[in-house]
Amino acid sequence: MYAFNYHRAKTVADALKLYKKADDPKFLAGGHTLIPTLKQRLARPSDLIDISGIATLKGVKVSKTAVTIGALTPHVEVATSSAVKKAIPALAGLAEEIGDPQVRHRGTMGGSVANSDPAADYPAAVLGLGATIETNARKIEADKFFKGVFETALKDGEILTKISFPVPEKAGYMRFDQPASRFALVGVFVAKFKGGVRVAVTGAGPCAFRVPAMEKALSAKFAPEALEGITVPADDLNSDIHGSAEYRAHLITVMAKRAVAAAK
Amino acid sequence: MSATGIGAPVRRIEDYRFLTGRGTYTDDLNQPNQAHAYILRSPHPHARIKGIKTAKAAKAKGVIAVLTGADVVKDDLGGLPCGWQVTDRHGKPMVEPPHPILVSDIARHVGDQVAVVIAETHQQARDAAELIEVDYQVLPSATSTAAAAKKGAALVWDQAPNNLCYDWILGDEQAANAAFAKAKHVAKVDIVNNRLIPNAMEPRAAVGVYDAAKDHYTLHTTSQNPHVIRLLMAAYVLKLPEHKVRVNAPDVGGAFGSKIFHYAEEAIVTWAAKKVRRPVRWTAERSESFMSDAHGRDHVTHAELAIDANGKFLAMKVYTIANMGAYLSTFAPCVPTYLYALLLAGTYTTPTIFCEVKAVFTNTVPVDAYRGAGRPEATYVVERIVDEAAKVTGIDAAEIRRRNFIPRDAFPYQTPVVVQYDSGDYQSTLDMALKQSDYAGFEKRRAESAKKGKLRGIGLSTYIEACGIAPSAVVGSVGARAGLYESALIRVHPTGSVTVLTGSHSHGQGHETTFAQLVSERMGVELKNIEVVHGDTDKIPFGMGTYGSRSLAVGGSAMVKAMDKIIAKGKKIAAHLLEAAEADIEFKDGTFSVAGTDKKKALAEIAGAAYVPHNYPINELEPGLEEQAFYDPSNFTFPGGCHVAEIEIDRDTGVVQLVNFVAVDDVGRVINPMIVEGQVHGGVAQGLGQALLEGCVYDADGQLITGSYMDYTMPRADHLPTLKVSTHNTLCTHNPLGVKGVGEVGAIGSPAAIMNAVHNALAPLGVREIQMPATPERVWRAIHGARRAAE
Repeated sequence: MYAFNYHRAKTVADALKLYKKADDPKFLAGGHTLIPTLKQRLARPSDLIDISGIATLKGVKVSKTAVTIGALTPHVEVATSSAVKKAIPALAGLAEEIGDPQVRHRGTMGGSVANSDPAADYPAAVLGLGATIETNARKIEADKFFKGVFETALKDGEILTKISFPVPEKAGYMRFDQPASRFALVGVFVAKFKGGVRVAVTGAGPCAFRVPAMEKALSAKFAPEALEGITVPADDLNSDIHGSAEYRAHLITVMAKRAVAAAK
Repeated sequence: MSATGIGAPVRRIEDYRFLTGRGTYTDDLNQPNQAHAYILRSPHPHARIKGIKTAKAAKAKGVIAVLTGADVVKDDLGGLPCGWQVTDRHGKPMVEPPHPILVSDIARHVGDQVAVVIAETHQQARDAAELIEVDYQVLPSATSTAAAAKKGAALVWDQAPNNLCYDWILGDEQAANAAFAKAKHVAKVDIVNNRLIPNAMEPRAAVGVYDAAKDHYTLHTTSQNPHVIRLLMAAYVLKLPEHKVRVNAPDVGGAFGSKIFHYAEEAIVTWAAKKVRRPVRWTAERSESFMSDAHGRDHVTHAELAIDANGKFLAMKVYTIANMGAYLSTFAPCVPTYLYALLLAGTYTTPTIFCEVKAVFTNTVPVDAYRGAGRPEATYVVERIVDEAAKVTGIDAAEIRRRNFIPRDAFPYQTPVVVQYDSGDYQSTLDMALKQSDYAGFEKRRAESAKKGKLRGIGLSTYIEACGIAPSAVVGSVGARAGLYESALIRVHPTGSVTVLTGSHSHGQGHETTFAQLVSERMGVELKNIEVVHGDTDKIPFGMGTYGSRSLAVGGSAMVKAMDKIIAKGKKIAAHLLEAAEADIEFKDGTFSVAGTDKKKALAEIAGAAYVPHNYPINELEPGLEEQAFYDPSNFTFPGGCHVAEIEIDRDTGVVQLVNFVAVDDVGRVINPMIVEGQVHGGVAQGLGQALLEGCVYDADGQLITGSYMDYTMPRADHLPTLKVSTHNTLCTHNPLGVKGVGEVGAIGSPAAIMNAVHNALAPLGVREIQMPATPERVWRAIHGARRAAE
């Protein structure tokens, strides 16, 4: 990696102040995307502002209606929290399947969501559950958050502080692994609320997206067979050596059915 | 059998240091005042270097030197030599282009070495490398194996028209055609043997040290054969006398063939160490490994098998295009010829075989031996076409094999493809494997899987391989530029402990245990009193190293010869001390005794007398107890056996899961059954990798797409069921131990078994041929395409 200045922020205000002062800064949380990127010399920030020590950005709070998770909470905490497991088992289950134990102990929910990697798992849950993303400045609805490949509604220097997930009646997540990296080639999150069903897909497109036709069908009948014949057009989907757009489109329906079957 | 001798499942002695992090690898060998090398590599598959500007880099912080192809030319260094010359069908030698350690005119693959920066730190060297301005003129490139020899393909070398390195044949095509004319059935396959990237756990590394006071060089390197590296580098590249060069290969963390070859970086650090008068070190980053370690396999083959009305094989014709990459790596030309076509008889009595191999240059990383080297490719052709034969004749896959096996009483068996098999029992290994895999009960399991919506398949591979390479005169007659014997030196110390110095390098095989067991058994010495030394040319006698499953068959046999000399000398000493006739001295369990009496002397006493020869037959015998031997085998060894794979396919996703795997191998005498089992486990995991997961991909522009673990799929623990591994051994008839070798059998036999199972599962849908790796999308498309065709 290239040389950079390292700062360790103690508070959010501290982090914002450091960010403003630097030429080309980056926030560092778990570092699971940023550090490999730096190692490969694909990024050259002047300053890294390590926010991982900010205690107020960590922790899990569960109420009857919502699960609220601090941005710096590592995946392992979400995966093993008995309160999350009870409230939204699909969310705990998703966290348990991210990467490997090392990744789950270092990687953070906020880092994953703010990065909007097309193959990350959390964006599917954020969008599928219709979560609210809070930053130092405002609240952003999930539907307005994911903009494209590594692109979100976050403004330069804005810090994601927590994410609040409404508790659904039922939810399920199914991921089809990209064979080499075991990131999501296709991941589908389905959530059944009183008011209807949400279906969000990760891995298949430039960023997480919803599938209205599936939501409509599942709102009418929450069962795998309701999805029979409903497919996402392959036109705008990702295509690589592990999966053509056509294969990904096919897998969306397969994984959606399995997510519905597994929902609890 | 003693508790530590031949046949005992002794725990690996070397594992203590490996498992506790106390191994010493090349990268651990820090030198005082060392400098760091960074290799600037070509980002283009094919590009003319119109100019290189290094001034900025040379002035960068910490930089000691920047070297380019021009310096290589100026210093009159040689290129990396090729160790094998193949002669083509017209008697013409192969096209053998130069292989410079730094290119000066044209880069020929992504990753080709263009310049080296030597600096105080690795970071500084890498920073400075970014300041080197290379003026590339990008040229058209050829990367596809199948298309490289076709009209219109870009030329990798002007001296190789149609990118042809050689067009080689074995056998008589006319005779094969005549047999085909009489055939009742003909089976045909068109198969791709996918290109693999080796991925040893330890990346390659090299440390060059120059001692100006002695004008002496040391190279520490990740090698399977330090003496071969010393010979090639000293004699051909750096043009130094060998006594001025020491090559040391310390602990090496896996190799699978990829560390046999002499690589540019080894010569670069050694050369540079003298130029900068500092030790120079280099360790590959993982992404460099992907683009600079020699790759494996990469064949495209059409094959046909003629079969009579009774299911007997009459003749086989095989047409293969083999990718050599951009340069000829050390053993590359022999892999798709002598390590491939000679195995095409398989375990069968096919009387007539013709094989044509066109080797092509492409703008890709050189291709060379990788675990199995040629033999997995041959096995895949034979075992796939035999399954196809079962299909076209309607005979069961096991039955058609039985009808064509070389019978157990037919050995030694001369095949139509040069080699003579010394021993084997293919019927028994098949029968055992069928029983252990409950082959008879398969249809019931298939029906159960179908109930769950899954496709199930079973596949056999009754493979053979040739290892224990090799008789020097035989390989010399077909183009080898080296002998393939092995050396051993057994040193009995004055108090009776033993040091074994061997040319066989250990890099995961467990030699330090197996060889010690061999010595323990033969000499009656406890394991704790035996040390096995390998890897350092300043310590060990000239040896040819470890590859081709040869260490025990060739290296172990050399040890037996050396031990026999020790024992013969010991008998003379014992006869003197015990005042008996030499003919009456017996040696057993570490004790020399006079037959029929209680007079005896322990090995330690004999050794003591040899080194303190106060009472000694000094007029007839030299003092000391140390003997050296070289062993050159009289034939290859031929391990074989049967692998049975059972798989399930998820129809909706195309995911193939291996659910059962049985291996019954004939590896000759087993020294350590636990190590044998471990070797088969590792080999099968790699075979599964080739069959289902791994595949090197270059895009149409010549870029390496599978350049990291993000895109190159390695086998993982959850891909494998519990493997059922056992042996049924016939002894090798021509080496003193009766051993055959086990290092490669897992990787040789298993891909065909797994792919035959995949084909078996998909056959009811009308799927004819699916290529390796059988990735989820490929399998899904096969299912989907078959369904579409049916609709």
